[in-house]
Amino acid sequence: MHLVLFLIFAGFCLAGAVNLLLQTHPINSALSLIVVMSSLAVLYLLLGAEFLAIAQIIVYAGAVMVLFTFVVMLLNVGVEEKTHGSKIARVIGFPAVIVVLDVIGTVIVEAQRHMGAISLSQPITTTQDLSRVLFRDMLLPFELTSVLILIAILGAVALARKEGHS
Amino acid sequence: MPQSLLNDVPSSWYLLLSALLFTLGVVGFLIKRNLITVFMSIELMLNAVNLSFVTFAHEWHAVKGQIFVFFVMVVAAAEAAVGLAIIIAIFRARNTLNVDQIDLMKL
Repeated sequence: MHLVLFLIFAGFCLAGAVNLLLQTHPINSALSLIVVMSSLAVLYLLLGAEFLAIAQIIVYAGAVMVLFTFVVMLLNVGVEEKTHGSKIARVIGFPAVIVVLDVIGTVIVEAQRHMGAISLSQPITTTQDLSRVLFRDMLLPFELTSVLILIAILGAVALARKEGHS
Repeated sequence: MPQSLLNDVPSSWYLLLSALLFTLGVVGFLIKRNLITVFMSIELMLNAVNLSFVTFAHEWHAVKGQIFVFFVMVVAAAEAAVGLAIIIAIFRARNTLNVDQIDLMKL
Protein backbone atom coordinates (compact mmCIF):
# COMPACT_ATOMS: atom_id res chain seq x y z
CA MET A 1 0.00 0.00 0.00
CA HIS A 2 2.76 2.39 1.01
CA LEU A 3 4.77 1.51 -2.08
CA VAL A 4 1.79 2.12 -4.35
CA LEU A 5 1.01 5.48 -2.75
CA PHE A 6 4.67 6.47 -2.86
CA LEU A 7 4.99 5.60 -6.55
CA ILE A 8 1.79 7.44 -7.49
CA PHE A 9 2.64 10.66 -5.69
CA ALA A 10 6.36 10.59 -6.48
CA GLY A 11 5.27 10.25 -10.11
CA PHE A 12 2.95 13.26 -9.73
CA CYS A 13 5.83 15.20 -8.14
CA LEU A 14 8.30 14.47 -10.92
CA ALA A 15 5.71 14.98 -13.67
CA GLY A 16 4.78 18.35 -12.17
CA ALA A 17 8.41 19.41 -11.87
CA VAL A 18 9.19 18.39 -15.46
CA ASN A 19 6.05 20.14 -16.66
CA LEU A 20 7.18 23.29 -14.83
CA LEU A 21 10.30 23.27 -16.99
CA LEU A 22 8.52 22.47 -20.26
CA GLN A 23 5.70 25.01 -20.06
CA THR A 24 6.38 28.39 -21.60
CA HIS A 25 3.58 30.35 -19.95
CA PRO A 26 4.23 31.22 -16.27
CA ILE A 27 0.65 30.46 -15.22
CA ASN A 28 1.02 26.85 -16.43
CA SER A 29 4.29 26.57 -14.54
CA ALA A 30 2.60 27.91 -11.40
CA LEU A 31 -0.22 25.38 -11.69
CA SER A 32 2.22 22.47 -12.10
CA LEU A 33 4.13 23.73 -9.05
CA ILE A 34 0.86 23.47 -7.09
CA VAL A 35 0.63 19.83 -8.18
CA VAL A 36 4.20 19.23 -6.95
CA MET A 37 3.50 20.84 -3.58
CA SER A 38 0.22 19.01 -3.02
CA SER A 39 1.80 15.63 -3.79
CA LEU A 40 4.68 16.52 -1.46
CA ALA A 41 2.06 17.03 1.27
CA VAL A 42 0.84 13.46 0.71
CA LEU A 43 4.44 12.20 0.89
CA TYR A 44 4.85 14.06 4.23
CA LEU A 45 1.75 12.23 5.48
CA LEU A 46 3.30 8.90 4.40
CA LEU A 47 6.39 9.88 6.42
CA GLY A 48 4.22 10.50 9.48
CA ALA A 49 4.49 14.28 9.53
CA GLU A 50 0.82 15.19 9.85
CA PHE A 51 1.30 18.81 10.90
CA LEU A 52 3.77 19.53 8.11
CA ALA A 53 1.47 17.95 5.53
CA ILE A 54 -1.32 20.35 6.43
CA ALA A 55 1.08 23.29 6.72
CA GLN A 56 2.43 22.40 3.27
CA ILE A 57 -1.09 22.58 1.81
CA ILE A 58 -2.03 25.80 3.62
CA VAL A 59 1.24 27.73 3.38
CA TYR A 60 2.78 26.51 0.12
CA ALA A 61 -0.02 25.22 -2.09
CA GLY A 62 -2.33 27.84 -0.61
CA ALA A 63 -0.72 31.12 0.34
CA VAL A 64 2.56 31.17 -1.58
CA MET A 65 1.15 29.84 -4.84
CA VAL A 66 -1.85 32.18 -4.66
CA LEU A 67 0.68 34.99 -4.35
CA PHE A 68 2.52 33.67 -7.41
CA THR A 69 -0.58 33.31 -9.58
CA PHE A 70 -1.77 36.69 -8.35
CA VAL A 71 1.46 38.37 -9.48
CA VAL A 72 1.41 36.52 -12.83
CA MET A 73 -2.12 37.78 -13.47
CA LEU A 74 -1.44 41.26 -12.08
CA LEU A 75 1.53 41.81 -14.38
CA ASN A 76 -0.27 40.10 -17.29
CA VAL A 77 2.88 38.17 -18.17
CA GLY A 78 2.89 36.69 -21.65
CA VAL A 79 4.57 33.62 -23.09
CA GLU A 80 8.25 33.38 -22.29
CA GLU A 81 10.59 34.59 -25.04
CA LYS A 82 13.07 32.00 -26.18
CA THR A 83 16.63 33.27 -26.09
CA HIS A 84 19.97 31.60 -26.46
CA GLY A 85 20.40 31.53 -22.70
CA SER A 86 23.43 32.15 -20.59
CA LYS A 87 26.77 30.86 -21.83
CA ILE A 88 28.08 30.30 -18.30
CA ALA A 89 24.99 28.21 -17.54
CA ARG A 90 25.68 26.01 -20.56
CA VAL A 91 29.41 25.57 -19.99
CA ILE A 92 29.54 25.24 -16.19
CA GLY A 93 25.95 24.92 -15.02
CA PHE A 94 24.66 21.78 -16.69
CA PRO A 95 27.80 19.64 -16.17
CA ALA A 96 27.80 20.77 -12.53
CA VAL A 97 24.14 19.77 -12.17
CA ILE A 98 24.85 16.29 -13.55
CA VAL A 99 27.89 15.86 -11.30
CA VAL A 100 25.98 17.00 -8.20
CA LEU A 101 23.08 14.65 -8.96
CA ASP A 102 25.52 11.76 -9.47
CA VAL A 103 27.36 12.46 -6.23
CA ILE A 104 24.18 12.82 -4.18
CA GLY A 105 22.70 9.69 -5.77
CA THR A 106 25.81 7.62 -5.07
CA VAL A 107 25.97 8.82 -1.47
CA ILE A 108 22.29 8.02 -0.91
CA VAL A 109 22.57 4.55 -2.42
CA GLU A 110 25.66 3.89 -0.26
CA ALA A 111 23.95 5.25 2.86
CA GLN A 112 20.89 3.07 2.33
CA ARG A 113 22.75 0.15 3.93
CA HIS A 114 22.64 1.98 7.25
CA MET A 115 19.07 3.14 6.95
CA GLY A 116 15.84 1.26 7.36
CA ALA A 117 12.64 1.09 5.40
CA ILE A 118 9.57 3.21 5.91
CA SER A 119 6.16 1.65 6.35
CA LEU A 120 2.72 2.92 7.25
CA SER A 121 2.65 0.97 10.52
CA GLN A 122 5.39 3.10 12.07
CA PRO A 123 4.29 5.72 14.64
CA ILE A 124 3.63 9.22 13.36
CA THR A 125 4.86 12.47 14.84
CA THR A 126 1.75 14.02 16.32
CA THR A 127 1.17 17.75 16.43
CA GLN A 128 1.40 17.42 20.21
CA ASP A 129 5.01 16.17 20.04
CA LEU A 130 5.88 18.86 17.55
CA SER A 131 4.38 21.70 19.56
CA ARG A 132 6.04 20.48 22.73
CA VAL A 133 9.46 20.88 21.11
CA LEU A 134 8.52 24.05 19.26
CA PHE A 135 7.14 25.96 22.24
CA ARG A 136 9.61 24.70 24.83
CA ASP A 137 13.04 24.18 23.27
CA MET A 138 12.59 26.36 20.20
CA LEU A 139 10.64 29.25 21.70
CA LEU A 140 13.19 31.97 20.90
CA PRO A 141 13.58 31.03 17.19
CA PHE A 142 9.80 30.76 16.97
CA GLU A 143 9.34 34.27 18.31
CA LEU A 144 12.10 35.54 16.04
CA THR A 145 10.24 34.19 12.99
CA SER A 146 7.30 36.43 13.88
CA VAL A 147 9.67 39.43 13.78
CA LEU A 148 11.00 38.15 10.44
CA ILE A 149 7.50 37.92 8.99
CA LEU A 150 6.67 41.42 10.23
CA ILE A 151 9.79 42.80 8.55
CA ALA A 152 8.94 40.87 5.36
CA ILE A 153 5.43 42.38 5.31
CA LEU A 154 6.81 45.90 5.76
CA GLY A 155 9.47 45.27 3.10
CA ALA A 156 6.94 43.90 0.62
CA VAL A 157 4.63 46.89 1.12
CA ALA A 158 7.51 49.36 0.84
CA LEU A 159 8.86 47.71 -2.33
CA ALA A 160 5.57 47.24 -4.15
CA ARG A 161 4.21 50.71 -3.38
CA LYS A 162 4.00 53.09 -6.32
CA GLU A 163 6.78 55.68 -6.38
CA GLY A 164 5.88 59.37 -6.28
CA HIS A 165 2.79 59.06 -4.07
CA SER A 166 4.29 60.91 -1.11
CA MET B 1 7.49 -11.69 0.79
CA PRO B 2 5.26 -9.65 -1.51
CA GLN B 3 3.26 -8.25 1.42
CA SER B 4 6.35 -6.70 3.00
CA LEU B 5 7.52 -5.43 -0.39
CA LEU B 6 4.27 -3.54 -0.84
CA ASN B 7 4.37 -2.07 2.65
CA ASP B 8 7.98 -0.94 2.90
CA VAL B 9 9.67 1.79 0.94
CA PRO B 10 13.41 2.27 1.50
CA SER B 11 14.29 5.69 2.90
CA SER B 12 16.70 6.21 0.04
CA TRP B 13 13.83 6.36 -2.45
CA TYR B 14 12.49 9.46 -0.74
CA LEU B 15 16.00 10.93 -0.69
CA LEU B 16 16.50 10.15 -4.37
CA LEU B 17 13.16 11.81 -5.19
CA SER B 18 14.32 14.81 -3.21
CA ALA B 19 17.63 14.91 -5.11
CA LEU B 20 15.79 14.65 -8.45
CA LEU B 21 13.40 17.46 -7.54
CA PHE B 22 16.32 19.62 -6.42
CA THR B 23 18.14 18.96 -9.69
CA LEU B 24 15.04 19.81 -11.71
CA GLY B 25 14.85 23.04 -9.72
CA VAL B 26 18.46 23.91 -10.58
CA VAL B 27 17.88 23.09 -14.26
CA GLY B 28 14.78 25.28 -14.24
CA PHE B 29 16.78 28.06 -12.64
CA LEU B 30 19.30 27.80 -15.48
CA ILE B 31 17.05 27.40 -18.52
CA LYS B 32 14.01 29.53 -17.66
CA ARG B 33 14.09 33.08 -18.99
CA ASN B 34 11.10 34.47 -17.10
CA LEU B 35 11.85 36.01 -13.70
CA ILE B 36 8.72 34.56 -12.07
CA THR B 37 9.45 31.04 -13.34
CA VAL B 38 13.05 31.33 -12.11
CA PHE B 39 11.59 32.24 -8.72
CA MET B 40 9.29 29.21 -8.86
CA SER B 41 12.34 26.99 -9.49
CA ILE B 42 13.83 28.30 -6.24
CA GLU B 43 10.63 27.33 -4.42
CA LEU B 44 10.91 23.87 -5.99
CA MET B 45 14.45 23.52 -4.62
CA LEU B 46 13.30 24.58 -1.14
CA ASN B 47 10.55 21.97 -1.27
CA ALA B 48 13.01 19.28 -2.33
CA VAL B 49 15.23 20.05 0.65
CA ASN B 50 12.19 19.98 2.95
CA LEU B 51 11.38 16.47 1.73
CA SER B 52 14.83 15.19 2.69
CA PHE B 53 14.52 16.92 6.10
CA VAL B 54 11.26 15.10 6.76
CA THR B 55 12.72 11.80 5.58
CA PHE B 56 15.69 12.09 7.94
CA ALA B 57 13.44 13.21 10.80
CA HIS B 58 11.39 10.06 10.27
CA GLU B 59 14.48 7.89 9.89
CA TRP B 60 16.08 8.99 13.16
CA HIS B 61 12.84 9.74 15.04
CA ALA B 62 14.01 13.33 15.53
CA VAL B 63 11.21 15.86 15.92
CA LYS B 64 13.68 18.71 15.49
CA GLY B 65 14.04 17.84 11.81
CA GLN B 66 10.36 18.65 11.33
CA ILE B 67 10.75 21.87 13.33
CA PHE B 68 13.46 22.84 10.86
CA VAL B 69 11.07 22.25 7.94
CA PHE B 70 8.59 24.52 9.71
CA PHE B 71 11.20 27.29 9.86
CA VAL B 72 12.15 26.76 6.21
CA MET B 73 8.47 27.20 5.32
CA VAL B 74 8.30 30.45 7.27
CA VAL B 75 11.43 31.81 5.61
CA ALA B 76 10.20 30.68 2.18
CA ALA B 77 6.89 32.48 2.70
CA ALA B 78 8.69 35.69 3.73
CA GLU B 79 11.06 35.29 0.79
CA ALA B 80 8.16 34.82 -1.64
CA ALA B 81 6.43 37.97 -0.37
CA VAL B 82 9.55 40.15 -0.63
CA GLY B 83 10.72 38.54 -3.89
CA LEU B 84 7.39 39.06 -5.63
CA ALA B 85 7.32 42.68 -4.43
CA ILE B 86 10.77 43.13 -5.99
CA ILE B 87 9.50 41.51 -9.21
CA ILE B 88 6.59 43.96 -9.31
CA ALA B 89 8.99 46.87 -8.75
CA ILE B 90 11.29 45.61 -11.54
CA PHE B 91 8.35 45.23 -13.92
CA ARG B 92 7.26 48.81 -13.17
CA ALA B 93 10.75 50.16 -13.81
CA ARG B 94 11.83 48.07 -16.82
CA ASN B 95 8.52 46.85 -18.27
CA THR B 96 9.99 43.39 -18.85
CA LEU B 97 10.47 40.17 -16.90
CA ASN B 98 13.04 38.62 -19.20
CA VAL B 99 16.17 37.88 -17.17
CA ASP B 100 18.37 38.62 -20.21
CA GLN B 101 17.21 42.23 -20.17
CA ILE B 102 17.54 42.69 -16.41
CA ASP B 103 21.33 42.66 -16.40
CA LEU B 104 22.22 46.02 -14.91
CA MET B 105 24.36 44.42 -12.21
CA LYS B 106 26.10 42.00 -14.57
CA LEU B 107 29.85 42.35 -14.97
